[in-house]
Amino acid sequence: MRLLNRSAGRLSRHRRGPIAGLVLLLLGLALSGGLYAAFSPSSSADTAEDQAAMAAKGRQLFLVSCAFCHGQNGEGLTSKDGKLIGPALAGVGAAAVDFQVGTGRMPMVQPGAQVQKKENVFSQDEINELAAYVASLAPGPAIPTKEDYSTDGLSAEEKQEAIVRGGQIFLTNCTACHNFTGEGGAMPRGGFAPKLLDTDPKHIYEAMLTGPQSMDSFSNGNLSPEMKRDVIAYIQSMKAQPGYGGFSLGNLGPVSEGLFAWIVGLGGLVGFAVWIAAHTARTNKKKGTAQ
Amino acid sequence: MSVDTSKVATSNTSAATANKPTKVGAAAEWADERLGLAAMGKKNLRKIFPDHWSFMLGEIALWSFVVLLVTGVFLTLWFRPSMAEVTYQGSYPNLRGISMSEAYSSALNISFDVRGGLLLRQMHHWAAMLFISAMMIHMLRVFFTGAHRKPRELNWVIGSLLLLLGTLEGFTGYSLPDDLLSGTGVRAADGFIQAIPIVGTYIGFFLFGGEFPGDAIIPRLYTIHVLLIPGILLGLVAAHMLLLVYHKHTQWAGPGRKETNVVGYPMLPVYAAKAGGFFFITFGVTAVMGAILSINPVWKFGPYDPTKVTAGSQPDWYMGWPDGALRIMPGWESHFWGSTWSWNIFIPVILMPMVSWMVVTSFPFLESWITGDKREHHLLQRPRNAPTRTGVMVAAMVWYAMFWLAGGNDIIAIKLHMSINQITYFLRAAVFLGPVIAFFITRRWCIALQRHDNEVLLHGYETGVIMRSAVGGYSEIHLPISEEKAYAITVRDRGPEGAGEADGPKANGKLTLRDKLRTLYYEDDVEKPTVEEIEAAHAHAAHAVEGGHDDAHAIEGGHDDARAIEGGHGEH
Repeated sequence: MRLLNRSAGRLSRHRRGPIAGLVLLLLGLALSGGLYAAFSPSSSADTAEDQAAMAAKGRQLFLVSCAFCHGQNGEGLTSKDGKLIGPALAGVGAAAVDFQVGTGRMPMVQPGAQVQKKENVFSQDEINELAAYVASLAPGPAIPTKEDYSTDGLSAEEKQEAIVRGGQIFLTNCTACHNFTGEGGAMPRGGFAPKLLDTDPKHIYEAMLTGPQSMDSFSNGNLSPEMKRDVIAYIQSMKAQPGYGGFSLGNLGPVSEGLFAWIVGLGGLVGFAVWIAAHTARTNKKKGTAQ
Repeated sequence: MSVDTSKVATSNTSAATANKPTKVGAAAEWADERLGLAAMGKKNLRKIFPDHWSFMLGEIALWSFVVLLVTGVFLTLWFRPSMAEVTYQGSYPNLRGISMSEAYSSALNISFDVRGGLLLRQMHHWAAMLFISAMMIHMLRVFFTGAHRKPRELNWVIGSLLLLLGTLEGFTGYSLPDDLLSGTGVRAADGFIQAIPIVGTYIGFFLFGGEFPGDAIIPRLYTIHVLLIPGILLGLVAAHMLLLVYHKHTQWAGPGRKETNVVGYPMLPVYAAKAGGFFFITFGVTAVMGAILSINPVWKFGPYDPTKVTAGSQPDWYMGWPDGALRIMPGWESHFWGSTWSWNIFIPVILMPMVSWMVVTSFPFLESWITGDKREHHLLQRPRNAPTRTGVMVAAMVWYAMFWLAGGNDIIAIKLHMSINQITYFLRAAVFLGPVIAFFITRRWCIALQRHDNEVLLHGYETGVIMRSAVGGYSEIHLPISEEKAYAITVRDRGPEGAGEADGPKANGKLTLRDKLRTLYYEDDVEKPTVEEIEAAHAHAAHAVEGGHDDAHAIEGGHDDARAIEGGHGEH
């Protein structure tokens, strides 16, 4: 008891210390967060029953938000004149749902050359439920986990090797459409390969896995999971890379360079020429008194 | 009156001797005795140049060429023009351990391991872009002001050779680092050469030393880039400037500025300072651009590999227009007796640029053939005073710009959210329609400006001062322009005056092609007013003011052109 009193007394000495408030705040936050995590219902669906329950919830969401184009059972719809309204979803897998809905592409605002990215309207839990429903239609690729697309577990050396390897895969398979730093490029008829630098690694992985829209799908037999991870590591490294040469001018290649050469470079020099020609030789500095 | 010669002066008894020369004078004397530069310098250091900003555009090209030579020499110290395969072990982490050509490896080395190397590389590249763009706007200035006319036709030809060689020089330099982008360019060039009917394959195999890519092309391009073309460029630049000195610089018309003189400042000290200063400015602009604006980031492209390509693969801007033509050309191809004729490549990339260049080169000769004007011209023409010529060049610019846009069609598509196909269809029409529309708009615009000149000459300029008469009518006060301005405006020919004789009708009574073209060339030109017209207008203007004073004539008479003119009336 004496011991307790002594340590309590020691602690008590700091109760009016300058950081006491901060420490108390942090303790409070950690405690409430920890308690919430311990007692709140788990968000991950581990069991088959959980999966079924999630799929049932997902179906409700699906009927409201997706069935209009994809059909009430995800069987896909075509118009009377044979135009595809929404493709069948059996077998596209949870990964495709997570990509399309998670990036805000689905539900689609309007048909067009390409489905546009927009603000996501679903929470991740709802997306998981939708994904569980679509995955229940037929087997397909699952949503990748962080271990799949992150190099966090690797040593620094292994990470660098992964980046180098990923760079070669990227330059071989991705740059033709997405440009050499992943800035994106044009596709026929108003389509485009989107910019990759701000895309979530999980979504890049899912895109490779499922091949959304005009993109090829890189199955695991084509690009192994490690290769996909390496590609993502390379993209992340390009994003983190300092601008060695200065401002990147949009990383668009010679077109933006030419624009800068003409406007900034030549424009500036012509401006200087005008300036030099406007300051002609003076024989008498006091102009007004020259007469 | 007699002079007393018996008296001898007591002062100034010895003959005058020259002062001992200063040290500088002695050195100059020493040099002059051996080099004889004084006579030449005396004349040329006092050479007069006229002052105008547009006369300095060629200087931008000259100074960026100097920057290119200086930075280029530095780059050659580290660049290894070899296609031998090496494994990269330099500082850039994302390519370490990758096998690549020695050329690419040394380009990375310059960028990451040579102190200041990336700055020099970027300066060299920016200077190249500026070099060619400055040559182009210099050429436009010369053409729009008629400075290509006799006696400067050959200097025009030299200039257009410089433009062609500058472009080739740029392309060979662009190809040297052997990264994915430049390798794609070389691959494209290989395709262009092969598209030349019959002989293309042979030329291609000769140039590449066998099948693409081989291991000879980079060293060969290097020799062309650092030795062959720069040598010719230097010679042509020297010839261009010698001719400039020999012809004397053209000048704008003005009081005291005639065909037979040049009014301006001497080379030393004025232009030596101005031009020397401009060199440092050009160097500075290039250095700032090299320091803060990334250009051709070779490390991002990776080594060249024929199986790879990147979106946004474009040539540098000066090759953008043939590339654009290639992009919008329909895929026409013929087969004759077992040989393929790739019109889809041959026409846009080989034939069109060559024909365009030849047309541009022969512009001065074509023009003087049409106008029959064989006189010397040292006074510049304002673009409006040659509406057809101005229209032709603006049409050519629009034509070029349409191809240029086509060369960036993919970037336009993604940045402006448009369909690349629609851009292509639009430009296929626009390359033909755009120049025609541009020609007519420009020509009519020039003619309208000629009318405006006459208006100002005859009726004075609009002062913006509105005068209300006693009966309530309003008129704007016009004042005569200064004599100097009036002189500068009226120094021009009246139509084909002074040009050669017309051919006259042929035996069958029809006009020759040349006469038809000459008629078209001068058609609708607004002639400058005659002396009588000007005098009459001035008298009328003075009268209008007087009429205004007694509130009658001008306004009551319904003259809508009641123009007031100061004409010595002190009241205003």
